[in-house]
Amino acid sequence: MSALLTLSGVHTHIGRYHILQGVDLDAPEGKTTMLLGRNGAGKTTTLRTIMGLWRASAGTVTFAGQALAPLATPAIARAGISYVPETMAVFSDLTVRENFILAARDGPLDDARLQWIFGFFPALKKFWLSRAGSLSGGQKQMLSIARAIVEPRRLLLIDEPTKGLAPAIVGGLIECLREIKRAGVAILLVEQNFRVAQEIGDEVRVMDNGRIVHEGPMAALAADGALQNRLLGLSLDAHQ
Amino acid sequence: MNLLSGDPPRGRALAALLALIVVILALAPFLFPGAKSLNVAATILIYALLVASYDLLLGYTGIVSFAHVMFYGVGAYGVAIALYGLGPGWGALLIGVAAALPVSAALALAIGLFSLRVQTIFFAMVTLAAASAFNVLASQLDWLTGGEDGRSFQVPAALRPGFHLVSGRVFGAEINGRMISYYLVFAACALLFLALLRVVNSPFGRVLQAIRENPFRAEALGYRIVYHRTLATCLSAIVASLAGALNAIWQHYVGPDTALNLSIQIDVLVMVVIGGMGSLYGAIAGAALFVIARNYLQGLLGALSAAAAGAGLTLIAGLLHPDRWLMWLGLMFILAVYFVPTGIVGRLRAEDKGSG
Amino acid sequence: MSAIEKSGDIGAALPRRKIDFAPALLPFLIALVAAPLIGSTSTFVTLTFASLAMGLMLFTMASGFTLVFGLMDVLNFGHGAFISIGAYMATLVFAPLILWSQAGSLGLNLGVIFLAVAVAAIVCGALGLVFERLLVRPVYGQHLKQILVTTGGLIVVEQLLYALFGPDTIPLALPTALRGAFVIGDAAIEKFRLLAVIVGLVIFAGLSLTLNYTKIGLLIRAGVENREMVEALGYRINRLFLAVFMAGSALAGLGGVLWALYREQVHASVGESLTVLIFIVVITGGLGSIGGCFLGATLVALVANYAGFLAPKIALVSNIALMVAVLLWRPRGLYPAGGR
Repeated sequence: MSALLTLSGVHTHIGRYHILQGVDLDAPEGKTTMLLGRNGAGKTTTLRTIMGLWRASAGTVTFAGQALAPLATPAIARAGISYVPETMAVFSDLTVRENFILAARDGPLDDARLQWIFGFFPALKKFWLSRAGSLSGGQKQMLSIARAIVEPRRLLLIDEPTKGLAPAIVGGLIECLREIKRAGVAILLVEQNFRVAQEIGDEVRVMDNGRIVHEGPMAALAADGALQNRLLGLSLDAHQ
Repeated sequence: MNLLSGDPPRGRALAALLALIVVILALAPFLFPGAKSLNVAATILIYALLVASYDLLLGYTGIVSFAHVMFYGVGAYGVAIALYGLGPGWGALLIGVAAALPVSAALALAIGLFSLRVQTIFFAMVTLAAASAFNVLASQLDWLTGGEDGRSFQVPAALRPGFHLVSGRVFGAEINGRMISYYLVFAACALLFLALLRVVNSPFGRVLQAIRENPFRAEALGYRIVYHRTLATCLSAIVASLAGALNAIWQHYVGPDTALNLSIQIDVLVMVVIGGMGSLYGAIAGAALFVIARNYLQGLLGALSAAAAGAGLTLIAGLLHPDRWLMWLGLMFILAVYFVPTGIVGRLRAEDKGSG
Repeated sequence: MSAIEKSGDIGAALPRRKIDFAPALLPFLIALVAAPLIGSTSTFVTLTFASLAMGLMLFTMASGFTLVFGLMDVLNFGHGAFISIGAYMATLVFAPLILWSQAGSLGLNLGVIFLAVAVAAIVCGALGLVFERLLVRPVYGQHLKQILVTTGGLIVVEQLLYALFGPDTIPLALPTALRGAFVIGDAAIEKFRLLAVIVGLVIFAGLSLTLNYTKIGLLIRAGVENREMVEALGYRINRLFLAVFMAGSALAGLGGVLWALYREQVHASVGESLTVLIFIVVITGGLGSIGGCFLGATLVALVANYAGFLAPKIALVSNIALMVAVLLWRPRGLYPAGGR
């Protein structure tokens, strides 16, 4: 399985702070790679660096053979990467429909695809013409993810989609991500919720202090309580 | 070091320049007996103080205000109205100053508290509007302010040119009211400048800088931003008013053009940028450079323009016309913001470090 | 039933979006208060119509500034420069076409005005490109420097205009067919003001339609809220910025032509003197919003005209008072664009 996305020796400074201190990361094609770690480990910074929102001060980011680091964010997005930020970043003054239209860069909205999306997130169909700002937190999260899949992409970068969501909604989200994965899209997913990570992750990378400290198949980590405890300060039993 | 509140002009070149300026200003009546030169010297002193008070706001507290000239005008008009209405006595002078200061402080307080309610972005624009309104108001209340024509008045006897303290000349200059006026202005400006230096080097001043750098952190650390900003605005306003009062005493005249015009505000902006924001010494350097340039460069422009006209280059003659002085100033200003953002002070300090 | 349906999320009705009517009622409130003070109906009508014209001209000139700030987070204190440039462009167009302007034919008169407006818009749009590249682009994200540099730019442009056109005020006569007024009863509806109203409304309609029904408008509205996300969706927002800046400058130039004809004179200081009024309009209306700008302009014009009639000495101060009052009620202005 080839790596679709590779980070090699990536450093990122924000002001005086040296957040990423040499990140070596690869996300295989067609798989869901979980990016785990404590708060402040640098997970969000990693996604933002890949997306070009923050400039890497050293190292390389390669996507499908193309170097991303020197590119500007719009070019990175056009290379086939979608980004779902932690803040969801839905456009509140625009309607759900208008949010979708913006996300459909390459052409008009594909009806079949829309119906597919509505299958996961019926609320979006119901509130199609409502202002995105008036949606609930869970609905906004759905919108944020739906926006990322309005058109086919090769890689999705998703930052903590389940934070603050009710468990029932989280279930629907997991269903959706599973289907996306079935469609062959690679996902790099930052998640604090280990149960969710375990359910959909194929591969796992753990970050600490701006570096990757563990990588391997998800199943292996899920089976090793002691390793979980050491890396993430928790064990599976305690978290259930 | 205590005189400079522990904040010397770090940098040999800078210290040398400042010392030179100060010495020349101190001895100006003896070095340059002409009226025009003395006027230039006094203007430098007053502007240096005005710019220093503005830098307290802009450079140290990080507030962009276009209303600073308002306070300058209040001080100037306070003195003018008092001396005009109450006659040319020291008592009247003091009353004028004493009346102007609370007005300035009150205006500053109002603006400071209002800035609470609105975003910082708005603040600059709101102050511009406020200053314009004040300008118009001053023109409208012509029974008080003399309207467009301003107010001419007499100063206390000791400050008039006709007054002689000592007969004959001392070191080639007459010890007359003009010289006394000059040294009054010099002493006042020096004292107030040193006072400002003390303020910015006090704990209060440090907090201001902390707030400027990172308001959120400052607030998280427990400093009341509102209190500090408002107090800074009031202090800055009071000093500006005093500068205005000194200007009135020196000029024996106050009018919208000399005390309230927006162009004075622009001049202050230029001086503070050229001198260097965030350092009071920049005010001295910036004011000196600006006033000298304005007075003598216009002559230079005139000569160049005449030469161009003589050569038949009418467009260039038009561009070089001394009336277009402001355009060249504006260009230099823009270039200064881009290429010399730390001003003269920053430049000299950097060069010192490089060579040292 | 999927997990989502079970959660009852869909069943819950969305909160009814409250349409914020109150600010929109302010103009009527002001008119209502002023009417009895003015006394005569015909004067009231004349003043109110004059306000409409002035308001729409102010709107045209201010719309560029508010969009540029809303979208690009750029404070362009030099916006007034384009108003001045536009005014001088009008003199350049009117001079060779003096016959058109003096002819009694409405068609020719409108033709020369249309030409002047077109030339001003194109020139100012092009100069906007230069201004943005040279002055604004290097100081993106630094408000203080933007203020300083664009103020410098305003001064330089003003002086340049004096150097090129002379420092004196240049008269600009209204075309013949547009002089005078329609008299309805005792009220006078000035013909040129009517034209200004029509042009202003067309521009307002055009801007609103573009913002609300085109993809570019979508991008602008989204960009005002969250520039980063728009880029993350793959759009090169820098080009959009430039386009908006140029459009804003063109509109300012257009407004400058109208204002010059309104005042029947041209002088480079007009940009500087209108800057304060534009700031008041934009702050009162709320940054980044066309609707807010329209409302702000209307209010400012109404107050300026009514106060100008009732108590001329306090006309400018009354506008400041308006702004202060609005800000105390709504600290971000009447209809600020989302996000900021």
